[in-house]
Amino acid sequence: MLMPSFEYRAPRVVPEAVALCSETPGAGYLAGGTDLLAQARFGEARPPLVIDIKRIEALREMQETPEGGVRIGAAVTVAAVARHPRVREAFGALRDCCNALGSYPLRHRATVVCNLCNASPCADTAAALLALEAVLEVTGPQGTREIPLGTFFRGPRETALGQAELVTAVRIPASVAGTRAVYGRIARRRGVDISTVAVLVADTGRQDAGRHRVSLLSVAPTPLRVPRAEAILDEQGAGGAARAAEAAQQACAPITDARGTAEYRRAMVGALVERGARALHGAPATGGVGLGQPLGGGGGGSGGGDGDGGRTPASQGGGR
Amino acid sequence: MTMRHPIELTVNGVSERAEVEPNLSLLHFLRDTLDYTGAKEGCGEGECGSCVVLLDGRPVNSCLVLAVEADGAEVLTIEGLGKGKGKGRLHPVQTAFVEHHAVQCGFCTPGMILCAVGLLAESPDPTEAQIREALAGNLCRCTGYRQIIDAVRSAAAALREGGAGGDAAAGADRRRGEASGEAGGAP
Repeated sequence: MLMPSFEYRAPRVVPEAVALCSETPGAGYLAGGTDLLAQARFGEARPPLVIDIKRIEALREMQETPEGGVRIGAAVTVAAVARHPRVREAFGALRDCCNALGSYPLRHRATVVCNLCNASPCADTAAALLALEAVLEVTGPQGTREIPLGTFFRGPRETALGQAELVTAVRIPASVAGTRAVYGRIARRRGVDISTVAVLVADTGRQDAGRHRVSLLSVAPTPLRVPRAEAILDEQGAGGAARAAEAAQQACAPITDARGTAEYRRAMVGALVERGARALHGAPATGGVGLGQPLGGGGGGSGGGDGDGGRTPASQGGGR
Repeated sequence: MTMRHPIELTVNGVSERAEVEPNLSLLHFLRDTLDYTGAKEGCGEGECGSCVVLLDGRPVNSCLVLAVEADGAEVLTIEGLGKGKGKGRLHPVQTAFVEHHAVQCGFCTPGMILCAVGLLAESPDPTEAQIREALAGNLCRCTGYRQIIDAVRSAAAALREGGAGGDAAAGADRRRGEASGEAGGAP
């Protein structure tokens, strides 16, 4: 099957890419292509010009920041992020979410930044990066700015980006290094399928307020954090698991589609939040089904846990 | 009429030059321009894995790669995996697929094998769970997968005993679009 025709440019520097995009209405940035090219093929996207950002050297870099955080360029693949030593050592939540995305070959093409920019409610990496309070570095015709990921998603496939703005990198702060997390993900099959429901429950280990993080996928118009559930876990730890689950169920707004009904999704949000919170704190899960076991109509379980031989203590939530 | 782009790349060890339309996929370029028909088009959207080739040593869905994006790259298709001629020309993963009856209709086989070769290049001793995870994006409607998993395990053992990971290592040091400092290990 052929894609509709478009022009192609591969600039070497960011300002050139931004200039090209601002000159051509409807132009699109191309990184991994696993979303854009699939959408183009089925007529969901018809960009007159595709601007390939992979030839921009600066965007292909990923490094540990001097403080111990991580900065991921827009052209760095999901697979490269998942196997980066600093991610494996300190940001296991992100590694688990990366390993749950798409399939092994897709992860060698898809990039983390474009998973965010595609702004799907099921964007796996958003679960971790929302919880880790990542910040996007953006360059546009007006110059550069930063956007906290928490204010980036505006709706399904809608972001806070303005005309021709390009996300050049995503940064994870050092303050959340060592965060432990449990990523519970239900899908119809283990490989490739997007999640029906996914929940990340994280413990940053900080002693101040804001220790816990709860993010939800596929149950609202955007990836979602649930501050009320987080506050309950901050106050009560594993003892608040059931109440945190209720808070998450109230915060989400699932729809019914081919993957599941709204009622099923809401029920699973509760189950995954409660089990995630208990697993993080070493309390036995209730209900007899552990994370990682198939739930409901089969498939699913906890994301990429299967293929993951090198887990670090940072994300061994104990429940998988 | 869109502008055609000159590209130069290495496919199965042979240097190739062409002028391509921007919307031509790498898969169609390999099949229709270069006659490497081993990679197949199943779904055309990265769901089935039958189009997997190695791009700079890494398995990718070639239906979602533009030919123009492969400019300067090293591509390996199933046709370039084995070496030499006659008996013994097969790569150890291919041999294992034959021995374990991991092929029925054969449509998924090139993608399966190249995905497995990519996995074994980075994880020479994978667990069964890792093999299953790496091949989860490759659909097979014939075998039921058991023979395929067994073949990959057996190939992993053969490769470890035999040393070099064969062609899988080709281009491994010139992967593009990936961060520095990556380590091997689990996918």
